[in-house]
Amino acid sequence: MTLTAPVNPPKALPVSRRESSVRRAWRKASPYAYIAPFFTLFAAFGVFPLIYTAYVSLYRVELQTPGDMEWRGLGNYTALLGDEFFWNSLRNTFTIGVLSTVPQLVIALGLAHLLNYRMRGRTFLRTAVLLPYATSVAAATLVFAQLFGRDFGLINYVLGAVGIGPVDWQNDTVASQIAVSTVVVWRWTGYNALIYLAGMQSIPDELYEAAAMDGASRWRQFFHVTLPGLRPTIVFTVIVSTIGATQLFGEPLLLEGSISGGISHQYQTLGLYMYEQGWGFFHLGRAAAIAWVMFLLIVVVVGVNALIARRRSRKEAGR
Amino acid sequence: MPIDRAVRSTTLAVRLGAVVLSGALLAACGGSSDGATTDAAGGDVTITVDLFGSFGYKEAGLYAEYEKLHPGVTIKQTDTEDEADYWKSLQTRLAGGGGLADVQGVEVGRIASVTQQQADKFEDLKKYGADGLKGQFAEAKWAAATGKNGEVLGLGTDVGPEAMCYRKDLFAKAGLPTDREALAKEWGDWDGYLELGKRYKAKAPAKSAWLDSVGSLYSIMIGQEQERYYDASGKLIWEENPALRAAWDHSVKAAADGLSAKLDQWSPQWNQAFSAGSFATMPCPAWMLGYIKGQAGETGKGKWDVAALPGGAGNWGGSYLAVPKAAQHKKEAYELIKWLTAPEQQARLFEKQGNFPSSTGAIEKVATATDPYFSNAPIGKIFGDAAKAAPVQVLGVHDQNIAQQITNALSEVERKGTAPEKAWENARKGVANTLG
Repeated sequence: MTLTAPVNPPKALPVSRRESSVRRAWRKASPYAYIAPFFTLFAAFGVFPLIYTAYVSLYRVELQTPGDMEWRGLGNYTALLGDEFFWNSLRNTFTIGVLSTVPQLVIALGLAHLLNYRMRGRTFLRTAVLLPYATSVAAATLVFAQLFGRDFGLINYVLGAVGIGPVDWQNDTVASQIAVSTVVVWRWTGYNALIYLAGMQSIPDELYEAAAMDGASRWRQFFHVTLPGLRPTIVFTVIVSTIGATQLFGEPLLLEGSISGGISHQYQTLGLYMYEQGWGFFHLGRAAAIAWVMFLLIVVVVGVNALIARRRSRKEAGR
Repeated sequence: MPIDRAVRSTTLAVRLGAVVLSGALLAACGGSSDGATTDAAGGDVTITVDLFGSFGYKEAGLYAEYEKLHPGVTIKQTDTEDEADYWKSLQTRLAGGGGLADVQGVEVGRIASVTQQQADKFEDLKKYGADGLKGQFAEAKWAAATGKNGEVLGLGTDVGPEAMCYRKDLFAKAGLPTDREALAKEWGDWDGYLELGKRYKAKAPAKSAWLDSVGSLYSIMIGQEQERYYDASGKLIWEENPALRAAWDHSVKAAADGLSAKLDQWSPQWNQAFSAGSFATMPCPAWMLGYIKGQAGETGKGKWDVAALPGGAGNWGGSYLAVPKAAQHKKEAYELIKWLTAPEQQARLFEKQGNFPSSTGAIEKVATATDPYFSNAPIGKIFGDAAKAAPVQVLGVHDQNIAQQITNALSEVERKGTAPEKAWENARKGVANTLG
């Protein structure tokens, strides 16, 4: 997709040679000057930490004594392979990722479809679904942690009223992962719904009219017109939520305030494990290695995602 | 800010890196010069104090009094409830060399880390004449904050002599004796305590357990031991330590008998449970009294009582006040902590907040103190006796992290029904991962 329309080169103006060369130089250089602030900040707070983290990950460094660095080569990485806490957190990241991303996108799609109808108070509703996104992770998670309380939580109170015995939302593996996912779903569904809504509005009305003429029901219209039209949007949201799920950190940290992700690491994600290694145990080298593994993991996952999407769209085009 | 020229470029790079790594966007000008301890022109000074949990200085009005005694001095305190969070943040700032307060609190479980690993990051208080204060403090308290080369790295605040807090009203409902002397006899040892727990459970009010969590039972029991995780030579011995195993076994037994309310200490649920009466006993170091008052509130007044601890005296916690090298007002900070840890102030703090003094003079002063909140229990005598009899503990660099792994494993037994041997194995793996 190109953002700028092709511009015809302006005809040479009758000005002096010297002036025009200065101008030409400025015209060439100015775009770089305009984007320089971003790249300066990006270099300082994006690229440098990235490279420095890679450097640190090759050493044994403790936060208490950052001056004593002991060369370990790839030792921090190979140690991860045999580290069951690492695999556990990777597994948790995946299951919590699925538990949060799938319902989130499915509900968002449904919501967007409903919001696309002509109805009273449409603008109000569209704004309202975005509200959870505007709350901070910390605030939302702390409130949910209260709701999910084992002894005095509202959710267990309601479940108890219909005869379902108290669920231990903190210590039970599945229940705790559902609790964490719920916070994610609640915060991000509205955001995705609005993105889908924007995508839906770019689908030409004629397609719906033609489908209606052919006698397609609302459901069939949704499946055969809306969904194919939304494909690029869906790919975008899947990629963005996958990245978000891989980095999941604030919600599991604040559910109980435990850096271990619960007493038996039952909802410890990769991000949380990195934090535990770095700021719980002060092993900066190992934490840096985990950070890099996460980075590579995201690159691979997003790459695979993009590849599948491209395959499919090519197939589509070939049809 | 000019960077000290003596700082070698490598350490500078490390500092820079640590700052970036920690995400704290602080200036990396950690090379503070030692001369600049006072503000120019002797003008107004703001001393910053950064603490964890509840030291209670502000609540007891000690800051206000100090400010009155020293016109021009303003004290600003920041406080983090969870010590683990506080320590993380302090370590990050120490590594970066910036953003440190003039006075930093250090928990006794971390003081070995300060004396063994970070003696170069804190002021040697001898420089300001701290040597002369040695006689004021209990010997062990003073020794634990002394570095390898005799540096004085912190002044002791409180100690944590242990006792047992219990709910008189709930005991009465379950038909148990409520008199603290009688109870101390009944639970002469920990088996007696667990037996009494079974009797409580048989007649207890609904939704009320014998104790808050097996983690707190373990913590109080391990506090009665001299050697816990390390021996005196600094060798890791926790796995073979029979005393630790005994504390573990009793905690497992309490879990198996269903005596625990299964609450995580310091969690919001635990806080709520104080007023709900979810547990009848809670092992309590002296500093816990203030916490109980805060959580149980006015309605809890007179319902609680304190008795001597089963199985003898112990110590859990206690703290120090230290001055980082990177502090801005070191001299003033020293004057402040000297005053705060003096016998008179420690005694007042105990009477108001329950933090038991580490200063010998103050211990005598409070010997007859009682607390109306805890049914006029003679807390001065109970905790004073415990403080005298408590063993001098061997402290290790990683005490706190190891203890956390063990209590996590015990919580698995308590809440997930994990087999004790499996949980022990989990604790072993957890500790290995921690020490890395």
